[in-house]
Amino acid sequence: MSEAVSALADARSSGTIEVAEAGLQGMLTIRGDLADTGFSDAIKTVTGMDIPSRRQSTSSDSDTLLWMSPDELMLLCRHDEAEARVQALAKALSDHHHLVANVSDARAEFTLSGEGAAIREVLAKISPADMRAAALPIGEVRRTRVAQVAAAYWFSAEDRAHLICFRSVARYVFDLLKTSSASGSSVGYF
Amino acid sequence: MSHRLESGGRLIDRSQPRGFTFNGKSMRGVKGDTLASALFASGQVLVGRSFKYHRPRGIVASGAEEPNALVGLGKDRTFEPNARVTTTELFDGLTAESQNHWPSLEFDIGEINAKLSRFLPAGFYYKMFMWPRAFWKHLYEPIIRMSAGLGRPPRHRDADHYEHFNITTDVVVIGGGIAGLTAAKAAGDAGAEVLLLEQTAHWGGRAPVDGVEIDGQQAEGWVEETLKSLEAMPNVTLRTRTMGAGVYDHGYMLASERITDHAPDASVPRHRLWRIRARQIITATGAIERTLSFAGNDLPGVMLASAVRDYVVNFGVVPGEKTVVVTNNDDGYRTAISLKSAGLNVPVILDARDEAIGELPEKALEMGIRITPGRGIAKVVGKGRVQAVHICNQSGDGAAIEEVEADCVAMSGGWSPVVHLWSHCGGKLIWSEENAHFRPDPERAPTGADGQAFVLTAGAASGELTSDGVLADAHKAGQSAARNAGYEAKTGNAPTSPDENPKPMQAVWNMPANAPYELRSKSWLDYQNDVKVTDVELAAREGFESVEHAKRYTTLGMATDQGKLSNINGLAVLSQALGAEIPKTGTTTFRPPYTPITMGSIAGEARGELFQPIQRTPIQDWHEANGANFEPVGHWRRPYAFPQNGETIDDAVTREINATRNSVGLLDASTLGKLVVKGPDAGRFLDMLYTNMMSTLKVGKCRYGLMCNENGFLSDDGVVARIDDDTWLCHTTTGGADRIHGHMEEWLQTEWWDWKVFVANVTEQYTQIGVVGPKAREVLEKLGGTLDLSREALPFMAFADGAIGSIPARAFRISFSGELSFEIAVPASQGRAFWDALLEAGAEFGITPYGTEALHVMRAEKGFIMIGDETDGTVIPQDLGLNWAISKKKDDYLGKRAQERSHMTDPLRWKLVGLETLDGSVLPDGAYAAEAGVNENGQRRTEGRVTSTYYSPTLDRGIAMGLVVRGPDRMGEELEFAKIDGSVVKAKIVDPVVFDPDGEKQNV
Repeated sequence: MSEAVSALADARSSGTIEVAEAGLQGMLTIRGDLADTGFSDAIKTVTGMDIPSRRQSTSSDSDTLLWMSPDELMLLCRHDEAEARVQALAKALSDHHHLVANVSDARAEFTLSGEGAAIREVLAKISPADMRAAALPIGEVRRTRVAQVAAAYWFSAEDRAHLICFRSVARYVFDLLKTSSASGSSVGYF
Repeated sequence: MSHRLESGGRLIDRSQPRGFTFNGKSMRGVKGDTLASALFASGQVLVGRSFKYHRPRGIVASGAEEPNALVGLGKDRTFEPNARVTTTELFDGLTAESQNHWPSLEFDIGEINAKLSRFLPAGFYYKMFMWPRAFWKHLYEPIIRMSAGLGRPPRHRDADHYEHFNITTDVVVIGGGIAGLTAAKAAGDAGAEVLLLEQTAHWGGRAPVDGVEIDGQQAEGWVEETLKSLEAMPNVTLRTRTMGAGVYDHGYMLASERITDHAPDASVPRHRLWRIRARQIITATGAIERTLSFAGNDLPGVMLASAVRDYVVNFGVVPGEKTVVVTNNDDGYRTAISLKSAGLNVPVILDARDEAIGELPEKALEMGIRITPGRGIAKVVGKGRVQAVHICNQSGDGAAIEEVEADCVAMSGGWSPVVHLWSHCGGKLIWSEENAHFRPDPERAPTGADGQAFVLTAGAASGELTSDGVLADAHKAGQSAARNAGYEAKTGNAPTSPDENPKPMQAVWNMPANAPYELRSKSWLDYQNDVKVTDVELAAREGFESVEHAKRYTTLGMATDQGKLSNINGLAVLSQALGAEIPKTGTTTFRPPYTPITMGSIAGEARGELFQPIQRTPIQDWHEANGANFEPVGHWRRPYAFPQNGETIDDAVTREINATRNSVGLLDASTLGKLVVKGPDAGRFLDMLYTNMMSTLKVGKCRYGLMCNENGFLSDDGVVARIDDDTWLCHTTTGGADRIHGHMEEWLQTEWWDWKVFVANVTEQYTQIGVVGPKAREVLEKLGGTLDLSREALPFMAFADGAIGSIPARAFRISFSGELSFEIAVPASQGRAFWDALLEAGAEFGITPYGTEALHVMRAEKGFIMIGDETDGTVIPQDLGLNWAISKKKDDYLGKRAQERSHMTDPLRWKLVGLETLDGSVLPDGAYAAEAGVNENGQRRTEGRVTSTYYSPTLDRGIAMGLVVRGPDRMGEELEFAKIDGSVVKAKIVDPVVFDPDGEKQNV
């Protein structure tokens, strides 16, 4: 296999917060009936994780499961293990109506780090979601938009957030995050 | 002459001078000045020319309601028109230009319009220029545009940048006067999260100027203390220079923050547009003083009484030496008292009421100011500014009793609550006889999704005009808002203020009451749009009885100030003229924003590179580095062609086609939509979506399919591959990926919700590259890997998974060009590596990347249709001769019934054919085939049109496709296509497939 590259390898900026492209990240879209215990058992067998409750996420040592909708999950894993996870899940779910797709390369991921309030502020400039800590606590996933494109983001710690967008708009989203976190543009709200 | 006083000015710092220019002239103000106070300090009373009559105009107000004093601020890339000098904070180096002056502010040719004003009454544009019709465009309009108008639009790209800020909160309080502070405190004490906004740089509103006493101390001290306690509350946020701009449904509102207007700095955002979702909104927006309608009330030096004392108390400047105060209420006396206290001359207070017996009149009397009850102004006279005031009986017809020399007139016509934000989202008003104003009706508030009010008013914005009433009302509003937002904590008592005990005001709509036409025609209602009392009366006489009609006919309230001063006076005059009650006449509609906000702040970050998201394929960098000429397709930018070494785009397209047809070409097809459709019902789902049968497709095979909407019209096309038993991969057009994904989800979620089908959009997971041409297989085989790409192992319309070189790949044997062609999908993370490998392997064959134009020409040579060229939303597959792709076996598919309608089966429908010009030229795109005769509208009849037209390098002549009446039945007939230059070009109807009709080249 030739060397795989992420959408905007090495892109980073430093302003009111640090923004960095997260590099290659394995991502799987999993569709199915999340309420079906047979389905959730199969997910647990492969990933070792329970299905997260609405809007939440669960993590194991290596992987993270994000709740995306009542019939959709996203599994985060190592990029080079994504195909193996697809095969394993397809096998485990073969008795259930499901869809598993490797979407690792269809996405870009950015890591936002710095003061929690500053990260929330940067996102509030480009996203309509309620960014108050009580409304978006650590571990909760928000599917929304940033400016003109779709995105999902969540905090893994108060000083660290992750944002996923489509690969083709990685540069647009990076420029958005960079502009919104430019030094001197701090709002001082949160 | 206006000037700076020796002392005073609570907002200024005299030790810090600030230099600025006005119409190129250097002037000086001090820190804390507004441009208005700095102009007064510099003796500049004349600040602009009026819209229509070019009358000299001066500053009228001290805040957002200013109608006259608009200037162009800054230069070139920082130029901004229509800035109100009253809300512009002075900074060192500010440059301002007055507007609508020609050739200069002092000497203006257009002033002649004023002399002609009796020929320019309301509705004059509508009446005068009806005939002759052509004169409007070429004569009247250019002249009117020269002479009428306000600011010029900026001509340069804005040097500044802007941003948005989205928040959700419990309570927003708009207005930082004593009402807003009190409401915010009450709501905050109750536990609610509060955002308090103030449009100016200062807290406390007018209370410090008006000498209000709160809880036993002067307003200024109380404001400071209250601010301190608010700042200490973690649940309260305070924001100055932030104007509540608009209130919308469901508690959504906009606020505009001016970050650097007072201290320009291009490195930080200039304005920030707050997009707020609030549970409750309190408008503590105060009230605006009304003008009085007397003759000459627009002369520079005639001002609102409250504004005159604002300038004295806040900035230590006065508009004149001798100020006549004219009022219909007690509050106007405050101005006389302020002026007198500052040592200025107040020759007389004209009180339109018959008695002047309140506390304030008494205080004025004690100070030795002359008060004349029952009097008004007959007219103000002066050349270019106030020189004298003719006094008359208010109840009379304007016969002058006395003439008083003065250079300033302070008028007070009473106060109107600022109801704009209350009204934006449907809050209703009631008329207060007592105060002669409209105030919010709390029983008819704007309501949210739950049917409950989400806007409350506080203080003067509620119609409370005494300090104590303001404080009590605001405290209650704060408590109610918190409670409505779910907070119940106990709060303290409302602050209190001593009883002011004002005597009733008296409504005065004309001064004097029986002013004759001559005076009324010099009494201005709307300063900014030059609308006088007589204009509104004329509108009423001519039948414009609805206030909305009268507004548009006269342009009352339609200028950039949206009639903040003129509204009530205008509709009072209209009511009088109609003989109707004022509440019956009603108000015009209040629309956001409260005052104009910059287009930049609305755009926010969306400018330059961030104007629109541009989608990039993993090979985009290579395209850019290799001279691609791009075309937009959806949000993608696809290479149109790759001109090399200075060749023209046409030459590049020809070279790319020839290289592909003769050896091998390379196409970045990553943008094509890729939707995985999976589940036990996926087959029947696709049978419903496509016109042809997809459920019977064998695993490992591909089929070209058409999708129609419910009306039968062709919507998208693409190749479908069957991946396994219950999984299909549907390719869509580039622009169709998201749309078709949405289309599928809509049918699954709303109509066939019980079908077991999942759809995933995997478009961007793959880089898809077309390797096209007779040498395509050789190039791919050079790369090695596990895939057998031979004709036998991978025949036309089949696909296979494996690896090419070391890269995992899915190879589709599909062709859109008529050549031997492979489309190879590889993971996007390795897309660029794969592209580079192909270039290297293909070098010996002269492998040639080609763009969308070469793609289009090659498909047109094969007679393949293109969604968006041959289709336009009115074309069904049958029109395009695609009956072979419409299953006859299926009971149903989307569009089937529609396609059976009589109009769809009409033999006279325009149908697809090839068109071959007799002279070999290229037909103009979109040209119509003209037929003899004209239709019922007198237009030339047509019998067809060109849908695709190109120069074909393969055939070395023009080729085209088009839709023609009964086209396929008319092979060999000649048509005449109209060219834009009026000539015609003849073309023969031919088969659309002009290249390799038997498909021998692609099937090797």
